[in-house]
Amino acid sequence: MIIQAKSLGYKEINDRLREADTDYTVIDCLGQRFLGAGMADRSIVMEGTPGNALGAYLNGASITVKGDAQDAVGDTMNDGRIVIHGRVGDAVGYAMRGGQIFVCGDAGYRAGIHMKAYQSKIPVMVIGGCAGSFLGEYQAGGLIVVLGLGENDRRIVGNFPCTGMHGGKMFLRSDCAEITFPQQVTAAAATVDDLAEIEAYIDEYCRLFGADKADVMDAPFTVVTPNTKSPYKRLYVAN
Amino acid sequence: MGVSFIYPEFEVVRNATRCIACRVCERQCANEVHAFSEERGAMVSDEAKCVNCQRCVSLCPTRALKIVKSDCRLRENANWQDDTIKEIYKQADSGGVLLSSMGNPKPLPVYWHKILINASQVTNPPIDPLREPMETRVFLGKKPTVIRRDENGRLDCQLPPQIELAMPVMFSAMSYGSISYNAHASLARAATELGILYNTGEGGLHEDFYQYGSHTIVQVASGRFGVHEGYLNAGAAIEIKMGQGAKPGIGGHLPGEKIVEDVSRTRMIPQGTDAISPAPHHDIYSIEDLRQLVFSLKEATNYQKPVIVKVAAVHNIAAIASGIARSGADIIAIDGFRGGTGAAPTRIRDNVGIPIELALAAVDQRLRDEGIRGNVSLIAGGSIRSAADVVKAIALGADACYVATAALLALGCHLCRTCQSGKCNWGIATQRPDLVKRLNPDLGSQRLVNLMTAWRHEIMEIMGGMGINSIEALKGNRLMLRGVGLNEKELQILGISHAGE
Repeated sequence: MIIQAKSLGYKEINDRLREADTDYTVIDCLGQRFLGAGMADRSIVMEGTPGNALGAYLNGASITVKGDAQDAVGDTMNDGRIVIHGRVGDAVGYAMRGGQIFVCGDAGYRAGIHMKAYQSKIPVMVIGGCAGSFLGEYQAGGLIVVLGLGENDRRIVGNFPCTGMHGGKMFLRSDCAEITFPQQVTAAAATVDDLAEIEAYIDEYCRLFGADKADVMDAPFTVVTPNTKSPYKRLYVAN
Repeated sequence: MGVSFIYPEFEVVRNATRCIACRVCERQCANEVHAFSEERGAMVSDEAKCVNCQRCVSLCPTRALKIVKSDCRLRENANWQDDTIKEIYKQADSGGVLLSSMGNPKPLPVYWHKILINASQVTNPPIDPLREPMETRVFLGKKPTVIRRDENGRLDCQLPPQIELAMPVMFSAMSYGSISYNAHASLARAATELGILYNTGEGGLHEDFYQYGSHTIVQVASGRFGVHEGYLNAGAAIEIKMGQGAKPGIGGHLPGEKIVEDVSRTRMIPQGTDAISPAPHHDIYSIEDLRQLVFSLKEATNYQKPVIVKVAAVHNIAAIASGIARSGADIIAIDGFRGGTGAAPTRIRDNVGIPIELALAAVDQRLRDEGIRGNVSLIAGGSIRSAADVVKAIALGADACYVATAALLALGCHLCRTCQSGKCNWGIATQRPDLVKRLNPDLGSQRLVNLMTAWRHEIMEIMGGMGINSIEALKGNRLMLRGVGLNEKELQILGISHAGE
């Protein structure tokens, strides 16, 4: 079903998206928030620019945006997939614990904060461009991959990545010579085994956005892992 | 030993003529204070490990045990008191941040003690709740500001979503992980039987407790533990925790050893990993951002659930509440600085925040002044210890109260204030299966029902005494309160007159 978003508010659009159909195309999105919030078992394509909190609490639905998205994409996402053909704003994938987010271009500040995982639920976020500061703060699980593709001289990630990281893994397509990591993580050159772990996601990125895999892989990768699952254990004394 | 030695705080006094060396105390103490000495043929104790939880005292079959505060004191000094000096020793020894539990134990003012309740004499006669109907039911949620009718003159009865409570008290947030499965089971079952609500805290909702969903508030905190679409729709209301009274402005760390398999699944984090709640929600930096979270939750639950925003009582709380009342939230929960918690840094617990009495009065007044009191209901928490505290809070402007410490006491907590150790001998603040099973949810829920039933009757007695037969008529009725020993400024903030006026 095609939904013309031009004169509709977010509530009306979401009401339409909750109807019986399972395939929707929303055209002319113009900043409507919360689209697809909490939705399961449906596939939604969006044209234009949806607003903040796109796919918050997403529970299995698939969302594709043929353009840029704004802040808080996939906030507290549980399952499903979000594909952004442009760039995303701040706080993408905050506290997500399942599903996948693929961003063709850059991401703003605070991407992947407090991403988690448990049992078979391993969230994955692939950012094709660069990421802003505070990437993966408090990361507790899951996989964050930043590729730094595109023509720019930005650093692949801004300041203070991985602060408080205590689980999961992060891959950065760079030797990260200019990046300062906190003490409680280890940043090392990715081995062949490490790269095998993300190969399927790289393949998927190339398939979705038409990138060339050989080009993508033709660069050093750094893998970041936490040193401890309990970063603050020695902070306290019982009183 | 030597410079780092601190003499044990408590002494275990064992009456040798009564002790039959049955070793119950040894089996009951997770702190391993008691042991049987083969050599001496008698029970011995290592009081250095004792936290004074009274478990051994309560279960000793011959009443041979008591725990007393040690009289071994450092040289008295009004400025450098015993605790202050020992805290310095602990930090010099470890380099650690002092970590404590439960509420603020310092002798700071408890305003409830300085507020007295009115009663009817001669005119406006008292009402006897044993003979006459008395309404303690309340509804929490946004109230309409105008009466609407359709074209036929019929009332438009469509209200925003409300919570119905049989009495104006709820069990406040305590997460599964910080407290045990059996503690949650007790709270959930008691809330259901009482017609009130309990609160999951930020640790998610165990699958066994979805059946109590209509009596559950599901919490969303900065760590977003266990939050998913099914969870949000499972409860009667959703609470966004921005802060809590025991530790305003900071997050929380549930240590990895408490993240056992069940807790891991419920929180949706890996087993054995610290559960870290960041101090801020990283998607909330303004009232506008808060509004975005409120509405994203409403969208995900199709506007069926009232959204509560919980904040700690801090300076400027009236302005903060005014912002929240405009954010689309249906209910504001304010948690005073005496509020309890499983674990909080000592300095924060004892020095940050303000009393709930002043915060509540200030917020209620501010929202009235701005004409937006009906936008939200108010819940007051942070050491509500009795029916009298509830009545005073309602008269100061609360729609309902949150209690947690009182509920834990009903479950057997003896307020030893060492929740952070995970070795709670009463089966409450622990995940150790042998300790958890000490708390029987059948008994626990019954004791909670008893406590709240008693409070409800006391509330009716006090209201009846004032000639009031409905909570609604008590709400914000500050004429029913008088202060004693309060200065002008305190009376002004509380909005009450002094006794005798």
